[in-house]
Amino acid sequence: MKTLPLLGDEAIAQAAIDAGISAIYAYPGTPSTEITEYVMGSKQARSSKIVSQWTANEKTAVEGALGVSYAGKRAMACMKHVGLNVAADPFMNSAITGANGGIVIVAADDPSMHSSQNEQDSRYYGNFALIPIFEPHDQQEAYDMVHFAYDFSEKYQIPILMRLTTRLAHSRAGVTLKEQRPQNEHHLPEDFRQYVLLPAIAKKRYQALLSKQSIFEEESENSIYNFIIEGTDRSLGIIAAGISYNYLMENYQKNNLKYPVLKIGQYPLPKRMISKFTKMCDEILVLEDGYPFIEEKLNGIFETPIQIHGRLDGNLPRAGELNPTIVAKALKLPAKKVYEIPDIIVGRPPELCPGCAHIDTYRALNEAMQDYPKGHVMSDIGCYTLGALPPFEAINSCVDMGASITMAKGLADSGGFPAVAVIGDSTFTHSGITGLLDCVTYHSDVVIIILDNEITGMTGGQRSLALGKLEQIVMGLGVHPNHMHVIDPRKRNHKENVDIIKNEIEYNGVSVIISRRECIVAIDDIREMKKELELQSL
Amino acid sequence: MKKDIIIAGVGGQGIISIASAIGFASIEAGLFFKQNEVHGMSQRGGEVVSHFRISDRPIFSDLIPEGEADLIISMEPLETLRYVNFLSPDGWIIANNNPFVNMPNYPDKNLILENLENFKNSIILNADEIARKLGNSKATNMVLLGAASPFIGIDFEILKNSIRTIFARKGDKVIDLNIQAMEKGKEFALQKV
Repeated sequence: MKTLPLLGDEAIAQAAIDAGISAIYAYPGTPSTEITEYVMGSKQARSSKIVSQWTANEKTAVEGALGVSYAGKRAMACMKHVGLNVAADPFMNSAITGANGGIVIVAADDPSMHSSQNEQDSRYYGNFALIPIFEPHDQQEAYDMVHFAYDFSEKYQIPILMRLTTRLAHSRAGVTLKEQRPQNEHHLPEDFRQYVLLPAIAKKRYQALLSKQSIFEEESENSIYNFIIEGTDRSLGIIAAGISYNYLMENYQKNNLKYPVLKIGQYPLPKRMISKFTKMCDEILVLEDGYPFIEEKLNGIFETPIQIHGRLDGNLPRAGELNPTIVAKALKLPAKKVYEIPDIIVGRPPELCPGCAHIDTYRALNEAMQDYPKGHVMSDIGCYTLGALPPFEAINSCVDMGASITMAKGLADSGGFPAVAVIGDSTFTHSGITGLLDCVTYHSDVVIIILDNEITGMTGGQRSLALGKLEQIVMGLGVHPNHMHVIDPRKRNHKENVDIIKNEIEYNGVSVIISRRECIVAIDDIREMKKELELQSL
Repeated sequence: MKKDIIIAGVGGQGIISIASAIGFASIEAGLFFKQNEVHGMSQRGGEVVSHFRISDRPIFSDLIPEGEADLIISMEPLETLRYVNFLSPDGWIIANNNPFVNMPNYPDKNLILENLENFKNSIILNADEIARKLGNSKATNMVLLGAASPFIGIDFEILKNSIRTIFARKGDKVIDLNIQAMEKGKEFALQKV
């Protein structure tokens, strides 16, 4: 069997190929991007005719996957944790429809917010939707679990949530592969009403989902991913979920610890196993990356007969990812004497690349805004969010994909003037279009600047669905052609661009300014994509 | 055998290439390895670090515990000091002394270098200059990899092979330049030890 050095993300991707998926859909988002990217780059996936696509957003990705599952084939949809918010509607309802072909939804969480606006824990979503969650601790387990997840999904006709965190997503190790199995034959669900969630049908399907819960729990009791390691020192028992198991074992390897361990990788939580485990220990320490999900469940409201330590009682920090050093401290191991980081060391925040088109756009915008009160530029999520930092300090918000446009509308509705939004091309097609429709419908006094670098930049250069069609989308939504401009953000056009922005600020209505220059680090890729588009249109 | 290596630098300086060179080498040497990387936002000129672990036993943690790194390989002096809490008391620092200044509050360069030289086991070199003299200013990272090679615990020939693998598509000339850069770095380090 072949062994390859794979990132956690890539292990999931390779496993999906080998487990016989027919399609994978995603919107790029750190730390999940490399899953779909790997399938797109895989010769094996190409020769197996696996569909791999960047979709408009996470919602359309999950819906696409659900359609593949409806047709009896296996599908995967991937996203970062906040992407699951966008996909929450199809995600929640897919638990009620259930699956036909196997379906796995992968959410990569980002505790410590390395590249995110929050550190929400996707396990709550799995719990909320009443579907099983698989949480691997290392690359090999991630690979193996995907196969297991597809079998599980098809056996019980249920979507599966696979949850991992940044450190596993972006950590590489050797992974031993299995034989690739064939894809499913096209076969529609036996019951043509399975996916029709009219109340009368939904009620029945919800009951069916509820009745499966005890079966899922029984599966967790017997899962190879949940197990107890016996120990002779029962003064403490440690429950470790996902990657935190690695940090714990790191300390076991060096310190000859004898506490019993319960490792968790499959949810719903195995209640009997936990009950047996807690009975054999005096106190419990819960290690989990993200929120105190297990810890909260153990604590409940009533006082427990046993002390539970973790993020809630201060034994571990309430926020941020775990690491072997934090875990050592929680195990009361003596602190190592380490070199101190000198006081003179300061942080090095990320910045826009030299030559980036956003720099010229922000210079023009800042000059155009000089005569107006500060604090009137709503922004969005992408490279251009770095415009919040010096030297630009040009923007005043970054909340969720698409929020710039609708927040600017709210600002205008409440009498704020001017109300400006800046949004990237890919973010615009992800979730900005609907907001622009609101603005056009209500004739809102907003200026929307679409920073069109013709690619999804921050995540490393994935295809932007806006490429080649922005003007058509904007005008199709009803923006008046006189108030839609395409500008070229360069030094030599600075004055002209400033004037266009100023004029549109003074216009009482919806203005859209497309500031277009290709991403400086992706010029070759973009040109290739444009060639492809031209060929398609012939 | 166990080597824990912190590889540090600024986004875009090529630290992932150092990591993948050691990665291929550890596979060829038949060792276990784990390599954690930074993707996403910080790659845009921010601080980036890779935790690289090699061992003849299975490795659990993807992150190196504080105070246990055998080696810090760093493309940039300030970025070196950012991770000294990971260095073991006997660990070595292999660092480029050429600052990458892309922020207004970059600390006094002399203070940074003084701090670095206080470490008993440190090899501080102008890797940029060595690479430039070889006619390949992009090979700074390979000079540093070469300077670190006596401490990695993997045979130099195996490291050279992994360079051949990584740059295979770019042709023999690029491979040779990178290997020369490694050799120069190694030479420098051996004079200092």
